[in-house]
Amino acid sequence: MSKVHVTTTVNGDAVEFLADPRETLLDCLRDHVGLTGTKEGCGTGDCGACSVEMEGVLVCSCLVLGVEANGKRVDTIEGMSDGHDLHPLQRKFIEHAALQCGFCTPGFLVAAKALLARSPDPTEEEVRYWLAGNLCRCTGYDKIVRAVMDAAAEMRQEAA
Amino acid sequence: MRYHTPTTFAEAAGIAAAAQGVTRFLAGGTDVLVQMRAGMVLPDDLIDLKKIDGVDRIDPTPEGGWRIGVAVPGIALGAHEALRADWPGVVEGMELVGSTQIQGRATLVGNLCNGSPAADSVPGLVAAGAMAEITGPDGGRVVPVADIPAGPGRTTLQPGEVISALLLPPRGTAGGDAYLRFIPRTEMDIAVVGCAVNLRCDGDTVTEASVVLGAVAPTVVSVPAASAAIIGTALDDTALGTLAEAASAACRPIDDKRGTIAFRTEVAGVLAKRAARIAHARAKGENA
Ligand SMILES: Cc1cc2nc3c(=O)[nH]c(=O)nc-3n(C[C@H](O)[C@H](O)[C@H](O)COP(=O)(O)OP(=O)(O)OC[C@H]3O[C@@H](n4cnc5c(N)ncnc54)[C@H](O)[C@@H]3O)c2cc1C
Ligand code: FES
Ligand code: FES
Repeated sequence: MSKVHVTTTVNGDAVEFLADPRETLLDCLRDHVGLTGTKEGCGTGDCGACSVEMEGVLVCSCLVLGVEANGKRVDTIEGMSDGHDLHPLQRKFIEHAALQCGFCTPGFLVAAKALLARSPDPTEEEVRYWLAGNLCRCTGYDKIVRAVMDAAAEMRQEAA
Repeated sequence: MRYHTPTTFAEAAGIAAAAQGVTRFLAGGTDVLVQMRAGMVLPDDLIDLKKIDGVDRIDPTPEGGWRIGVAVPGIALGAHEALRADWPGVVEGMELVGSTQIQGRATLVGNLCNGSPAADSVPGLVAAGAMAEITGPDGGRVVPVADIPAGPGRTTLQPGEVISALLLPPRGTAGGDAYLRFIPRTEMDIAVVGCAVNLRCDGDTVTEASVVLGAVAPTVVSVPAASAAIIGTALDDTALGTLAEAASAACRPIDDKRGTIAFRTEVAGVLAKRAARIAHARAKGENA
């Protein structure tokens, strides 16, 4: 099985790796690029733990082949904080205790960030629908939704 | 697995025609990758269509309809205001597919060619009279989308044939369409029943109609008797009652944990009535 040379931009950095064409972007990020913040919950598009943005579009990295990322920009959870300065969503998740085991958290954060980029003032219903593809077995979702709403409010103030 | 990135549909068709083993086209991959992961389908040749020029475009046709590229994901379909204004039912069918993440990848053509009887975008396409432009090893043909599904997981596409675009007809005046599905929750589930209605009005009176059901038979089913029940009426209760009976009568559903035969049959009638009302309101220019 010949490997394919893939050139991408991950969180702003040029990244190259060799991928078996059957490998998912999720596997490539974790195993070849060494970015293990993106998690695998199901591997079949149901749980959203593997959420990343590709060319600014929210996707499940378990449903994208590594070779499909060739020439594309990929943004993962590792690019979310500014060094040690946490993103408002990350801070609000901690403040609201919106995580327990934390396995779903990177996916929720990446998905929520994509929502707030297009809809800075979402309703609770909008947040719940947008995040319907992210599953959490621990929190019961309420704290997650509250954290997202609160982060959105703070980000609107900062922007104002 | 060989991963191909052809730059024309003719090249894609050529690769598929020459392939010996298991072959799949790759649009959004939301069915293909799940099947690969499950070991259900392990392609020898995977032909990615996304490097072909124009596959991510939605263009108006000279006739006044729309040409939708095979790699246009749900999120781009939903963001296209003019297309949504013409064919809200087609767009809402696709938008029901999966989550936000799935919408970032999943396409109409993939939904159609995966061959699920419960595919949410297919009833709307069939009701709209959409056509599939096909490129084969020996040239092209254009067929109604209704003729593509052949049964669960099967299509009428011949070896080497690839769909190169979907074509929606001109909306014309006083037309409206709608798609509804029943699932046990609000998101992320497979349709127990789906129903699309496309119609045209003259004043309040329905002059043309097409009623199409999903998830109640091995393929989507057009129900001419249901269409006939509302043509010439203003969707009064009697007409809606006959429509519901005709829709229910066309059901040949499976019986499973997600819906019994009796339940699916009944719900098909209920959804047909509701979708007809929405399509009617849209045809008359009301917000619905
Ligand atoms: C979590 C999750 C939730 C889902 N929810 C729903 C749902 O609610 N409703 C629903 O209907 N579906 C649902 N699906 C299924 C899937 O997302 C849809 O069927 C989707 O539209 C498939 O499109 P795709 O572009 O990803 O197809 P792909 O996976 O790329 O391809 C699917 C099939 O079509 C063939 N194909 C692709 N393009 C062409 C072409 N141009 N010519 C010929 N053949 C072609 C491929 O060979 C393959 O067999 C869901 C899937 C997941 C993972
Ligand atoms: S691991 Fe990708 S959706 Fe669950
Ligand atoms: S915190 Fe454990 S799955 Fe969400």
